[in-house]
Amino acid sequence: MNTREGSSSDGGRPFGVYVHVPFCSVRCGYCDFNTYTADELGDGATRATYADSAIAEIRRSAARTGARAVETVFVGGGTPTQLAAHDLVRILGAIDEAWGLAPDVEVTTEANPDSVDPAMLATLRTGGFNRISFGVQSAVPHVLKVLDRTHDPERVPEAVRWAREAGFDQLSVDLIYGSPGESMDDWRRTVEHAISLEPDHVSAYALIVEAGTAFARKVSRGEVVMPDDDETADKYLLADTMLQGAGLGWYELSNWATGPAAQCRHNVLYWTGGEWLGIGPGAHSYLGGRRWWNVKHPAAYAQRLDAGESPEADGEDIDADAARLEDVMLRTRLRTGLDPQGLPPHAHLVEQGLLEPVEGHLVLTRKGRLLADHVVRELT
Amino acid sequence: MTPPTPTTNLPQPGSTPPELLRNFCIIAHIDHGKSTLADRMLQLTGVVDERAARAQYLDRMDIERERGITIKSQAVRMPFTKSDGDDVGTAYVLNMIDTPGHVDFTYEVSRSLEACEGAILLVDAAQGIEAQTLANLYLAMDADLHIIPVLNKIDLPGAQPEKYAAEIAGIIGGDPDDVLRVSAKTGQGVEALLNLIVDEVPAPTGDADGPPRALIFDSVYDTYRGVITYVRVFDGKLSHRDKIKMMSTGAVHEMLEVGVISPEPVKADHLGIGEVGYLITGVKEVRQSRVGDTVTANSRPAAEPLGGYAHPNPMVFSGLYPIDGDDFATLREALEKLQLNDAALIYEPESSGALGFGFRIGFLGLLHLEIVRERLEREFNLDLIATAPNVVYRVELEDGSVHTVTNPSEYPNAGKISKVFEPVVAATVLAPSEYIGTIMELCQARRGQLVAMDYLSEDRVEIRYTLPMGEIMFDFFDALKSRTKGYASLNYELSGEQAADLVKVDILLQGEIVDAFSAIVHRDNAYSYGVALAGKLKELIPRQQFEVPIQAAIGARVIARENIRAIRKDVLAKCYGGDISRKRKLLEKQKEGKKRMKMVGRVEVPQEAFIAALSTGDGPS
Repeated sequence: MNTREGSSSDGGRPFGVYVHVPFCSVRCGYCDFNTYTADELGDGATRATYADSAIAEIRRSAARTGARAVETVFVGGGTPTQLAAHDLVRILGAIDEAWGLAPDVEVTTEANPDSVDPAMLATLRTGGFNRISFGVQSAVPHVLKVLDRTHDPERVPEAVRWAREAGFDQLSVDLIYGSPGESMDDWRRTVEHAISLEPDHVSAYALIVEAGTAFARKVSRGEVVMPDDDETADKYLLADTMLQGAGLGWYELSNWATGPAAQCRHNVLYWTGGEWLGIGPGAHSYLGGRRWWNVKHPAAYAQRLDAGESPEADGEDIDADAARLEDVMLRTRLRTGLDPQGLPPHAHLVEQGLLEPVEGHLVLTRKGRLLADHVVRELT
Repeated sequence: MTPPTPTTNLPQPGSTPPELLRNFCIIAHIDHGKSTLADRMLQLTGVVDERAARAQYLDRMDIERERGITIKSQAVRMPFTKSDGDDVGTAYVLNMIDTPGHVDFTYEVSRSLEACEGAILLVDAAQGIEAQTLANLYLAMDADLHIIPVLNKIDLPGAQPEKYAAEIAGIIGGDPDDVLRVSAKTGQGVEALLNLIVDEVPAPTGDADGPPRALIFDSVYDTYRGVITYVRVFDGKLSHRDKIKMMSTGAVHEMLEVGVISPEPVKADHLGIGEVGYLITGVKEVRQSRVGDTVTANSRPAAEPLGGYAHPNPMVFSGLYPIDGDDFATLREALEKLQLNDAALIYEPESSGALGFGFRIGFLGLLHLEIVRERLEREFNLDLIATAPNVVYRVELEDGSVHTVTNPSEYPNAGKISKVFEPVVAATVLAPSEYIGTIMELCQARRGQLVAMDYLSEDRVEIRYTLPMGEIMFDFFDALKSRTKGYASLNYELSGEQAADLVKVDILLQGEIVDAFSAIVHRDNAYSYGVALAGKLKELIPRQQFEVPIQAAIGARVIARENIRAIRKDVLAKCYGGDISRKRKLLEKQKEGKKRMKMVGRVEVPQEAFIAALSTGDGPS
């Protein structure tokens, strides 16, 4: 593997690459990410040609950034494992060729427990992937059904075992709580199930009704009823207690890990002012104080690259105020917390038990984590 | 359609013999086609050509357009050459005086009517006469105007001219066949109407040689010219060389210009008997040139003013507060500017524990309130909170003193009160007879007393009630409309006061009275009012960082309570990956939303909560 030291032009900011794979076998009703099923795609963009487009974009982008060592790569979606494993490996190879991967690079792919097999996992691992994040969401069939997830929860331990056998030591499980019809006990079972898989990392996100999704329409028609916020708060606290008990400590308010080494460095890079390039339709990039994003539809994306054009749709310059706002917004959510220097008055937040000083920083309390947006509004 | 009348050899302003003048107005309900008819007349008389005709020329302000009502009257001079009868070919001058069409402006209507000798009663042939039209018709009959009944929209498929002609004849007397039928839209019958106006409306009369007397029937502020005063001359003449005197105050003003509107201002040397036109005096506020006042010449003043001058008193009060306390000065300036053009608007600064600094503002009625508030928000870009409107109470205390209460928070302690008087209105409802039951039910629920009920025709009734004005403030008209599928019309006017068992209901948030939510209600309704408002506030006030008890109380006695639990979750626990812009924008939006909250003590209260306090009535919402 071609490795290189970080260049000096970046002010020492860590640099990562995100690759967006916009394919899914089924569209989940709640999801508002930029992803498509085969039926929705139309002409000019297929799973078979996607890797070529992505690689074309990577080569274009290398010219833009100059030499920089890539410290993290994250392949997300969509469902990355909808692509052939060798295509994912080819894409990683192109990234390495373009910039060079740092010696301790973290390379993550998301995976659907339904769409992996031992051979593909082995191909990924040998090809340089060293971290895998399984979209488990729930262990309870009726909850998975509400979420339109197709996988059989019984198959998850097997997929996890294959991943371990392929050599994936860093293994994360994604969960969703607060689905309609999910009882407290359902959620407890899901967290127990996740813990039993012995991951070194867990992400748990509350289900959000996103405008424009099929799920939002169901909610507005009254076909499904969202649980109230207090119950969702209780579920968060339950998960936090159970995960802590299993040796997974929170490091971001929706993310838990067995230790610093198990944290998702790619996400930490997002949250701490790192820079990254987003490859793929609709992917966002942040470099040199500017943020931009690609055209959303895979066909439009492929056409742009075929024509030798940039796939950028639009962007914005992040001025000092916006950068400051984002920094507080993101760092508030981290266990490393905020440097009190330069923060607006915040004694009341400490008095109200929302923030606590830890090693000279201000960190959300357990109660504060559930009210993080309020804290951010008070601090910005 | 006839070609426009030639403009040569026309009687000129100031020298028009009174026998060639006809002054009339149009009495009509909104949507019954008054503006269309006025447009058609302007076209037929050549004052406005068809291509240049702006639809509904007489309605000037945006708000008027949107609400479909005329707020300020105007007067247009139209030359008209008789096209039938013995005097065919004679050039006459018709002055059309437009009248405001809403219950809040009854006084202004009465002054406009006073300036005329005749009135066209314009009724939609598909809908029949409405309550406000009826009220204005009675005003016109009281003023001895000659009434020309006209059915409009006879081209509509749903028109029932026979039925409504009979109804009108039943009200004003005469033969249903004498009711003229027109279509303002197509122009059918409009020329005949103009001929009829000349034939039937009496020419003005007056003392040509006496000292001048002119009635102010409208007064409008113009940014460039100052106040433009619309007058009708009764005696003598007003010359542009005169200094004029306002007879109610004795104030003397320079005369800068006199003229007529046709349809743009045209200067004249003077205005003679019976003529209708405008004066410009350099006065900057309409309060200095009040509707109903008599103008005379300073050099040769009249001994007695024309009758009927009154100073309309505000009937409804509401507190207006800027959401952003820094806007207080802007609000003050805005009110000063509005007052230039609105003599009925009165205000004084007040402060509220809950809302900070604002103004208590007196209005002629609810529509007036809405218009003022909308203009403040629209023209001056202010975000305002209006407290629930209230009427004026007269409170007699045990010690014999009498107090006028325009703000519920100033209502004296129950222990000291000997008697309370509330204003009552004489209300008239016109509706199809099938709704009699539901209308009476509604009026009873609002503490109304039936005065009389008359059938206008086989299936339409006029129901008259005495109602406490405070009971029709919130949503009475909406409730009436929804219970009668929109068929009922309402008119009311202040008719006096009555003693009533009224109490003040306070709302407490976290144990503190929020003065802006206090209301004066009848003792029998206090409990349900308190329960409803507390319940509504619980829905509208978002959960806070701490628990917020809501109580409704009469004095120290709590009559309803609710509890807003402390918020436990306020976090979007979702991973947006690299889409941080989206997350930031969401945060910025949340912060904007927070800015629109009003801090009441420690509690963030959204604007909607204050608005909701207006609509806790029992009517369907």
